[in-house]
Amino acid sequence: MPSLSNFLIVAALLFGIGMAGIIINRKNIITLLMSIELILLAVNTNFVAFSYFLDNITGQVFVFFILTVAAAEAAIGLAIMVVLFRRRGTIEVQELDRLKG
Amino acid sequence: MTILQLIFYAFSVVAVFSAMMVVGSSNPVRGALFLVLTFFAMAGIWMILHAEFLALILVLVYVGAVMTLFLFVVMMLSVSRVSLQEGFVRYLPIYALIVLTITGLIIMVLGPKQFGLLQMPIPALKPADYSNIASLGMVLYTQYVYPFEVSAVLLLTAIVAAISLTHRAGKRHKSQKISAQISVRAKDRLTLVNMPSEKPSSPSSDTPG
Repeated sequence: MPSLSNFLIVAALLFGIGMAGIIINRKNIITLLMSIELILLAVNTNFVAFSYFLDNITGQVFVFFILTVAAAEAAIGLAIMVVLFRRRGTIEVQELDRLKG
Repeated sequence: MTILQLIFYAFSVVAVFSAMMVVGSSNPVRGALFLVLTFFAMAGIWMILHAEFLALILVLVYVGAVMTLFLFVVMMLSVSRVSLQEGFVRYLPIYALIVLTITGLIIMVLGPKQFGLLQMPIPALKPADYSNIASLGMVLYTQYVYPFEVSAVLLLTAIVAAISLTHRAGKRHKSQKISAQISVRAKDRLTLVNMPSEKPSSPSSDTPG
């Protein structure tokens, strides 16, 4: 059986990849949303691993709620993206500078 | 190395590789499909951790619903493929630096010295009739019933928000005009008509016949 640190390291790798995907992405909002999903997956894996090794079911309840919130977030994010594409005709992150940020 | 460790390493190699492909692929459709592969591999790892219900939920809800939604949107938006590729190689060193820094720091904190098998031993095996779904439901419907209801309301909000954002108004569309409503004054709605008062007629003449 792999130890707890093995699971945590896999989750850390996924978290780092998702974080870098958010930072370096300049072309595509879809990839940005998918990077957020990767980060949430890493967090959920941490919860599940600690839930198993501490023998406490509460961590899995938290994962359940995080999955719910992530589904709602993906639905609203994609809806916003569709409206954005209809208005501007592009979903490139570099082009979205209307707010002068 | 036990067979469980082999399975764990196989799943984690697949998960990390496909996560890299999600971020690095120039085609968003391919990226979404690699994200599906990541979810499948992580569902396998959750199975190793005895979270059977959540692993199945991850496959059913995430792969079945959320990723399908992603793929629908990606295919509808028709993003040009050429413009996606440029600029990735230029930022590759920063990408590698971020990944190595974050994961290095996390591994330093959560490494085998702190959370190895000595510090965190494997819990005792559950009896054969132990049900993950039953124990999860026991907690979810008693101790966490209020957050459960709140998450149901949250999903309803997401439905309403997604529909109202993307819905295009048709000809027969009826909607609230908020600016017209709040700028209304009393004299726009109510007009006083000046007219002479009338005598009430006798009740017998009202009913004919």
